[in-house]
Amino acid sequence: MNTSIIESRPDFAAIAAWIPQGSSVLDLGCGDGSLLRYLRETREVRGYGVEINDQNIAACIANNVNVIQNDLDSGLADFENASFDYVILSQTLQATRHTEALMKEIVRVGREGIISFPNFGHWKNRLQVMLGNMPVSKELPYQWYDTPNVHLCTLDDFEILCAHLGIRILGRHVMSEGHNIQMMPNLRGSTAVYRFRRNT
Amino acid sequence: MNQSVGIVSAQHATFDQPLVFKSGAVLPRYDLVYETYGTLNADKSNAILICHALSGHHHVAGYYAGDESNVGWWDNMVGPGKPIDTDKFFVVGLNNLGGCHGSTGPSSLDPLTGKPYGASFPVVTVEDWVASQARLADLLGIVQFAAVLGGSLGGMQAMQWALSYPERVRHVLAIASAPHLTAQNIAFNDVARSAILTDPDFHNGDFYLHGVVPTRGLRLARMLGHITYLSDDAMADKFGRELRTGKLNFNYDIEFQIESYLRYQGDKFAAYFDANTYLLMTKALDYFDPARDLDGNLNRAFAAARAKFLVVSFTTDWRFSPQRSREIVHALLHNKRDVSYAEITSAHGHDSFLMDDEQYFAVMRNYLDSVAREFGA
Repeated sequence: MNTSIIESRPDFAAIAAWIPQGSSVLDLGCGDGSLLRYLRETREVRGYGVEINDQNIAACIANNVNVIQNDLDSGLADFENASFDYVILSQTLQATRHTEALMKEIVRVGREGIISFPNFGHWKNRLQVMLGNMPVSKELPYQWYDTPNVHLCTLDDFEILCAHLGIRILGRHVMSEGHNIQMMPNLRGSTAVYRFRRNT
Repeated sequence: MNQSVGIVSAQHATFDQPLVFKSGAVLPRYDLVYETYGTLNADKSNAILICHALSGHHHVAGYYAGDESNVGWWDNMVGPGKPIDTDKFFVVGLNNLGGCHGSTGPSSLDPLTGKPYGASFPVVTVEDWVASQARLADLLGIVQFAAVLGGSLGGMQAMQWALSYPERVRHVLAIASAPHLTAQNIAFNDVARSAILTDPDFHNGDFYLHGVVPTRGLRLARMLGHITYLSDDAMADKFGRELRTGKLNFNYDIEFQIESYLRYQGDKFAAYFDANTYLLMTKALDYFDPARDLDGNLNRAFAAARAKFLVVSFTTDWRFSPQRSREIVHALLHNKRDVSYAEITSAHGHDSFLMDDEQYFAVMRNYLDSVAREFGA
C-alpha cells in the first residue's frame, strides 16, 4: 500500500482522516495524484484531480487517477453544484490568483471543502520578516523573486476570509513538524488544514 | 524501443448478413479489409480497435513485404514498446465501410448490377460504422475491447462504441475529437464537397463508368482540408512567405512555397482517394451528434456510456478545438464516468494527433499501460 505519501505529507494524513469511506472527492491542484490514489486504495474514494502541469498529468494517468487538465484560476465551470462530497485544495491556495473566487467555487461544487496551506503567521516566518527578510522555510521553500505563491495568509486571515464569504469552518487541524498544535496555533503552527462548508 | 511490427498483411472478411443503415438503406453483403498486430490473449481481453479518420485506412502500422516504404499511418504510435504496445495488446485496424482501400465502398462493384455502386452507395453514419465494426469483432471472437480509440472522426467512432455497445468496450480514447461538428466545421466540409460535386468529371458520382476521375474537385477539397488541419503558426514556421524562385513573377503560377505544398498534397491525394468516399466521410462527420435526438443534451447522450475515457486535445487545433473536447469531458463528469483529460501544447494544429510529441505519447503510454495492467500484462 502506498502509505509513504502520508508520511512525507502530514497534511495528507489530516485531510484523509476527514474523508469517510466511499466519498466522492475533487482534488484541486492534485499534483501527481498521490493523495487521490491513497484515498482510493484506503477508502474506496471515487474522485478526480484538476491539474495544470504536463508532467503531473502524465503522472496522474500512470497512477490510474482521473485527472482533468485545467487552470484552477479559470474556475471550476466543468463541475456542477454539490457534485462532490469533498473538494480538496492542498498546499495550493497560496499559489492561486483568484483566491476569493476559487473559495466560492469550492463550496459551490463540494458539499464540504478541505484546504491545507502554509501558515504565514508561523513564528519562524514572523522572525525572518522582523529580521528584515522574506521568509524561506520548508513550507515556503522559495525566494521572493521566484515564488509561485502570490496569496500567502495567516490562520487568522483565512478565517476572516471564510467569515466574509459566509463559509462555516467545521474543523481545523494545525501542525508543526508533524505534531499537532493546540495552543496559539496562529503563532506556532506551520501548516493548517481546514474543513468547511457554505452557510445555508 | 522504436521498433516496428514489421511485415504485415491485410485480411479480408465478407459479411453476408445484411446491414441496415441509419438512413434505412440496406447493404445485403459487404467486405471489410483489416490488419491485426500482436497476439490475442487466451481470454481475449487485450484487444484494441483503432478507428481511422477521414483519409485513413486499415494499414495502421508496419509495412508490406516488398514495399517497405508503405508504412502504416500511425506507425509512430503502434508497435512493440510504443504507446499502443503490440507486445501487450492485440491491435485491430480496419478500413471503414464506404472506404476506398479494400472495404466495400462506392468504387466497389455492386453484385446486383455488376457496376460500381457510385452514387447509389448508402450515406454511412458513424453509428453504421460502429455496427459494422462490431461484426468484425464478432468474427475475431472479441466480446469486449480493452479499448477503442481514434483521432478526429476516429474519436467519434470510439465514443459511439461506448454509446452503441456500452458492454463491449472498457476504455475509450477520444483524441482531437468533438461531440459534434460546429457550423464552421460543416461549412468547411460543404466547400470541400462542393468542389467535388461541381467537378464536370464527377458525373453525379458515377464517374467510374465514364473512365474519368474528378481530380480537380478532390484536389481542391484536400487543399482546403490541409489548410484547416494545420495551425497558422505551423504554416508560418514551415513555409512563411518563401518564394520558390526567390522573386515575384507577376503571374498565377505557383510562387509561394505554401502553394507548392498544397498543390502537391492535393495532387497526391487525388491520385489515390475516391471522390465518393470523401463525400461519405465528410457527411459522417457532419451527421455525428449523439445528442441530436435528445434535444441537444449531451449529458443525456453519455448516460449510456460505461467505459472509462481518456480525452486528448491539442492547443492549436482549431478544427477540433480543446473546447469541443471539454464538452465531452463535461458530459462524462455529469454522468460520473471515469475520465481523464489532457490538453497537449502543440504547434501542429489538428494534425498534432498524428505527430510525435513527448507529452502526448507519455499520456497515451501511461493510460494504456494501466489498461494493460487490468488484464495482467
